[in-house]
Amino acid sequence: MASMNMIQALNSALDAKMSEDPNVLSFGEDAGYFGGVFRVTDQLQQKHGLTRSFDAPIAEGGIAAAAIGMGVYGLRPVIEMQFADYIYPAYDQLVSEAAKIRYRSGGEFTVPITVRSPYGGGIFGGQTHSQSPESLFTHIAGLKVVIPSNPYDAKGLLIAAIEDDNPVIFFEPKRIYNGPFDGWHEKPVSPWTGHPLAEVPEGKYVEPLGKARIMREGADVTILAYGTMVWVALAGAEHAGVDAEVIDLRSLVPLDIQAIEASVKKTGRCVIVHEAPRTSGYGAELSALVQERCFHHLEAPIARVTGWDIPYPHAFEWEYFPGPQRVADALKQTMEG
Amino acid sequence: MRKNAVPLSLRVPEPPARPGDKPDFSHLRLDAPGAVERPDVAAAPETMREHAFRLIRVLDDEGRAVGPWDPKLDPETLRQGLRDMVLTRTFDDRMHRAHRQGKTSFYMKCTGEEAIACAQAKVFSREDMGFPTYRQQGLLIARGYPLATMMNQIYSNAADPIKGRQLPIMYSSKEFGFFTISGNLGTQYPQAVGWAMASAYKGDDKIAVAWIGDGATAEGDFHNALTFAGVYRAPVVLNIVNNQWAISSFQGIAGGMETTFASKAIGYGLPALRVDGNDFLAVWAASQWAAERARSNLGATVIELVTYRAAQHSTSDDPSRYRPGDEWDHWPLGDPVARLKQHLIALGEWDEDRHAEAEKAAVEQVRAAAKESEAIGTLGQSRPSVKTMFEEVFASEDWRLREQRQQVGV
Repeated sequence: MASMNMIQALNSALDAKMSEDPNVLSFGEDAGYFGGVFRVTDQLQQKHGLTRSFDAPIAEGGIAAAAIGMGVYGLRPVIEMQFADYIYPAYDQLVSEAAKIRYRSGGEFTVPITVRSPYGGGIFGGQTHSQSPESLFTHIAGLKVVIPSNPYDAKGLLIAAIEDDNPVIFFEPKRIYNGPFDGWHEKPVSPWTGHPLAEVPEGKYVEPLGKARIMREGADVTILAYGTMVWVALAGAEHAGVDAEVIDLRSLVPLDIQAIEASVKKTGRCVIVHEAPRTSGYGAELSALVQERCFHHLEAPIARVTGWDIPYPHAFEWEYFPGPQRVADALKQTMEG
Repeated sequence: MRKNAVPLSLRVPEPPARPGDKPDFSHLRLDAPGAVERPDVAAAPETMREHAFRLIRVLDDEGRAVGPWDPKLDPETLRQGLRDMVLTRTFDDRMHRAHRQGKTSFYMKCTGEEAIACAQAKVFSREDMGFPTYRQQGLLIARGYPLATMMNQIYSNAADPIKGRQLPIMYSSKEFGFFTISGNLGTQYPQAVGWAMASAYKGDDKIAVAWIGDGATAEGDFHNALTFAGVYRAPVVLNIVNNQWAISSFQGIAGGMETTFASKAIGYGLPALRVDGNDFLAVWAASQWAAERARSNLGATVIELVTYRAAQHSTSDDPSRYRPGDEWDHWPLGDPVARLKQHLIALGEWDEDRHAEAEKAAVEQVRAAAKESEAIGTLGQSRPSVKTMFEEVFASEDWRLREQRQQVGV
């Protein structure tokens, strides 16, 4: 075991898989020699060689398409989209191609690729370095969507994604790369060091896709969250003084519906938290599922705490960001409802 | 079954020099100043293909203007160009420092590339629409856009004309012919072509000008732009600013070792000029050629401006991790400010004292602007009213935004 932040844990996952499987390789913009703008692929080229971790042209569509071709050949490429906000030129390749090649070829061709991409705000990145586009991918049949919230899961889930025979979109919450930011932005941020979920085995291990993690057991209300918002949800529950059960979904597709159902049936209340804008966000899907499956157990309307339906504004980051105060307000309202 | 003579192997290009290595620009295709012919502006693209591989230069090592591309500018225009470049560099230094002082979240310098925007700001008019990237601040500065207003944007303060919505340096000014900058690369390039098509459609006399970096020519949008520009003979000037580095990726990662960036135009049937981007006169002359061609309804020109990104990519970057620290000292095309200064001195129109005065005046001008802007406030000290964050998402607010705004209590 070693204490790792999320960047080191992700790097360790790539290193472990590249050491074990010569079919695993990594590429992306600035991701080779330099090791990525967030350093996730640091030293992989130096250790594993030029053709196993290399720089790509600034062409997200080309990066995705090349990975698809490699996947079809039988490799397991892991590509980096430098910011989730830059993923859109690759959207056609991911949505029309990666997601559908298995189906349209009658299972003859498959695309076992992993698309890594830092996402989310709270870093003063403005509208082009802050977005959370996960629901654009959960909507697509044939794509898995995974979002870790801590170093331990980041490594285990990334290894699972690489070993998965389907295309996996792996969003990395960049705000918590270096510490479990809880949304109280005026307080100093604690680093991962010393956190139990920062204790990461050096070797390979797998955290299965489709299995949620209960971050806090509670009796009064269920909070569904993922990525950075897991930590915000915990802080919001503490601030509200509510005995909340906080579920870190970890993977949006496949979704651990059993864990959600069991929890909401127990608590009778549900609050959903995500950073992406509200309209057609993943919270809408979660809300529909809970309503369909737990309607007779619900004692209050399901609440959503989300980003607003506006582009991420540079100067109003903390008004946009659904912080612990807004989570606490929603919890209190749900408890009264 | 076919047997290959040798097993296949994957090639990944590498730059000639990394940190600790001796800088090496021997791969750069150069021409002597004055050596490249100037074709007629109506020349058919297929008759001038070699211009995509040559390098148009006017200023020689002694600071003389030589050859057919000399735009023969009057001394006052040259002096103003030099002052604009000095002011741009001074502004950059001050704002870079402001970031270090915690006054803003981000900044990007254009050091070493000033000749491009400062010359083109004058060749093209502010009625023409410019579609810049994030390193053409010289366009605004050379056109006299208020420096304090630029700073207000950088500080996202209450006087920021784009209301604190964008990352610092993502300016927007319709009045100054400066289209709103996107943080997504290459998107503006085909948009410029569309703007030019609209001008042609309306029988107008305006042209569009676009800039893109060497790295972003890899994006599909670059190729979309060239296709549309060729097909519709759009009145647009398509600049490729080849500054050698796209963050940590050398220009070879975008295909620059295989051919020149200018030569990409050939496949789309467009004329191309490859130009010394650190030579104010060469930039001016080539831009003028392309502008005249566009205004004569003869369509688009691709201009590759060969330059060097002397500073880091942004305040979030550290080039010492991926390129030799002294690479700029070995850059064969020198410093655009020093070269124009040398030219003016050679003409007898400038001297060291006047240069020192110009530098001092630039520092004063930037200092005064900073005083004005910082009196309003730096990042976090001052900002537009919170309710503006819900405005202009659509032409008018719908019920969702009204409710969300009310939830914030504004």
